[in-house]
Amino acid sequence: MTDLSPAIRAAARRLLSDGLVDVVIGFEAGTLPLRSSPCFVRDAADVDRLVWNMSCENNLAKYLPRRRERVGVIAKGCDTRSIVGLLKEGQIQRERLHIIGVPCRGVIDRRRIESELAGREAIDLQEREGEVLLRGDGFEIALEKERYLHTSCRACRSRNPVICDTVIGDPVAEDTSADEYATVREFEAMSAGERWQFFAAEASRCIRCYACRNACPLCYCAECFVDSTQPRWLSPSTDATDALVFQIMRVMHTAGRCVDCGACERACPVGLDLRLLTKKVEKDVEELFHHKAGLDPREPAPLSTFSPDDPGDFIR
Amino acid sequence: MRAALLAKDQMPALLGALLQDHEVFAPVNDGGVIAFRRVDSAQQVLLHYHNSTLPPKGLFFPQTETLFAYSLERGQLALEEPQPASRAQVLFGVRPCDARSFTLMDRVFAGGNQCDGCYLARRENFTVVGLSCTSPKATCFCTSVGGGPFSATGSDLLVTDLGTNYLVEAVTDKGALLLESVGGHREADEDSVRRRREAQASAEAALRGAIRTEGMERRLQEMWDDPFWDRLHEKCIGCGVCTYLCPTCHCFDIVDEDSEQRGCRLKLWDSCMFPLFTQHASGYNPRPTGKERWRQRLMHKFRYWAESHGEAGCVGCGRCVVNCPVNLDIRQVLNEIESLSRRSQ
Repeated sequence: MTDLSPAIRAAARRLLSDGLVDVVIGFEAGTLPLRSSPCFVRDAADVDRLVWNMSCENNLAKYLPRRRERVGVIAKGCDTRSIVGLLKEGQIQRERLHIIGVPCRGVIDRRRIESELAGREAIDLQEREGEVLLRGDGFEIALEKERYLHTSCRACRSRNPVICDTVIGDPVAEDTSADEYATVREFEAMSAGERWQFFAAEASRCIRCYACRNACPLCYCAECFVDSTQPRWLSPSTDATDALVFQIMRVMHTAGRCVDCGACERACPVGLDLRLLTKKVEKDVEELFHHKAGLDPREPAPLSTFSPDDPGDFIR
Repeated sequence: MRAALLAKDQMPALLGALLQDHEVFAPVNDGGVIAFRRVDSAQQVLLHYHNSTLPPKGLFFPQTETLFAYSLERGQLALEEPQPASRAQVLFGVRPCDARSFTLMDRVFAGGNQCDGCYLARRENFTVVGLSCTSPKATCFCTSVGGGPFSATGSDLLVTDLGTNYLVEAVTDKGALLLESVGGHREADEDSVRRRREAQASAEAALRGAIRTEGMERRLQEMWDDPFWDRLHEKCIGCGVCTYLCPTCHCFDIVDEDSEQRGCRLKLWDSCMFPLFTQHASGYNPRPTGKERWRQRLMHKFRYWAESHGEAGCVGCGRCVVNCPVNLDIRQVLNEIESLSRRSQ
């Protein structure tokens, strides 16, 4: 498989030296074997910092709202869908943004890999066709990459950029074979009591660090409802009810907007199953309004428009 | 007896003995998250783990603590105050970095002329059993900030895995008493003490994440207006992972919850990485962006702590390194500060 890093560097160099953008937001090598880290390159001489690999897990659309500079951004398929959403919501200006789209083969789930290592520590990670090679003190193992992709990548329907100015590398085949809502269907089949138990158990582990909210490109509100003190909508305590209300409100705010990039779940330090909630809302919106977020900048957002044909079954 | 040897297969029996007279808190695996929880049996306790996902600080400094509660019924006011634990408590299997964090936290909540009574009561009711780090992680840097993988600071007893046996050393009288109260061990021989020394040397040698923190306090004193801060925070998303998972971060907020008939006052963890942390009632915020917040976090840990207490407010556990959603690595930041100041000299 081709290393796309040189092509990304070349694109960034061109944009910066031609003065088309002030900054390129991409990824640089991380400090840990399973990590890459967002980086901001402003000088064409620094573009060699940029890398592209299967640990580029953040959604860089997060950094776009309220930015005064003209930006070039490296974007995976899901990231471009977030950008579409931000454009539609008037949070970014298209003419000040250059999207360097990268067809994506998925990012790895570092926590699953770590649990597979069962206490052993990887000090080096390499990618070989279809395999993740991990090396540590006295061990070397190869894992089948497909099985260790993040769950959002395994359910992904938009590996290729849906909007971009420069595309890096060849398109990748979209995979629609798996049921993206499989876990949601299992969840829906549970009784109300079982679902409540699941919610309560997850919420009791939430530490209210807001990593999920802050990693999400949709969460750009100047003041989040949880931070409002006048009036105060929600107690900042870790009481399971407060944590649950926080998560439910957060997820409901993503209805019709979430593109299932999985950034929230990857940011969560305690491994909450956050995608189950967002995916359920995504499925509801798709069934009720036949809408998939972040595919078409011209298509109106289902929850901010009214149509006489909108489903009204909930009004009784 | 100050040092005892315990056959490995006797550990469950020792934990069982502890459980008879104590509430025991120990590392458990809760759905992939390693945390200190109250255990009912020795089987739940993780004895082989690098370090917990969540620090044990919440046992002494709970994330949500009710300071008092009140209710009003038919004109009668009833006040409820927190009750101290009814049984003696043991914190088992805590790593030396975290054990050391308790002594740092003591300076804030139980030092000098101010003392948080509830905190102190919890601290005194607990006996801390440390577990030496025989195989530190690549992200650990305790030796760079004044600790060590076999440091006994903050532990009452220190347990070291010697392969077939555990060496159990009494660090304090409280620890010695606990050791006396449980049986199943014998006096440590010289060979074990030698093996412990070797294990310590090899653990210290394995600490790869060494950073240069010497003179950091002075460097930071000269850096308040440095352009370094303008870019440092750029990738930070402003969440509370680094501070909430930090064993020494101790900032809190006081919140009143009330309705007409009842209410309570809560003490809650807060984070200097949150905008609300410094927001004034007027709406003015003296730390409006990530720049000021990151500077505060660094300055607090590596300058103000050092100025006030003579050591950094960091124990090198590496949790912020491992869990930062954007891999903004404090070791790298400190090394950058070091090389910046070297260049300016």
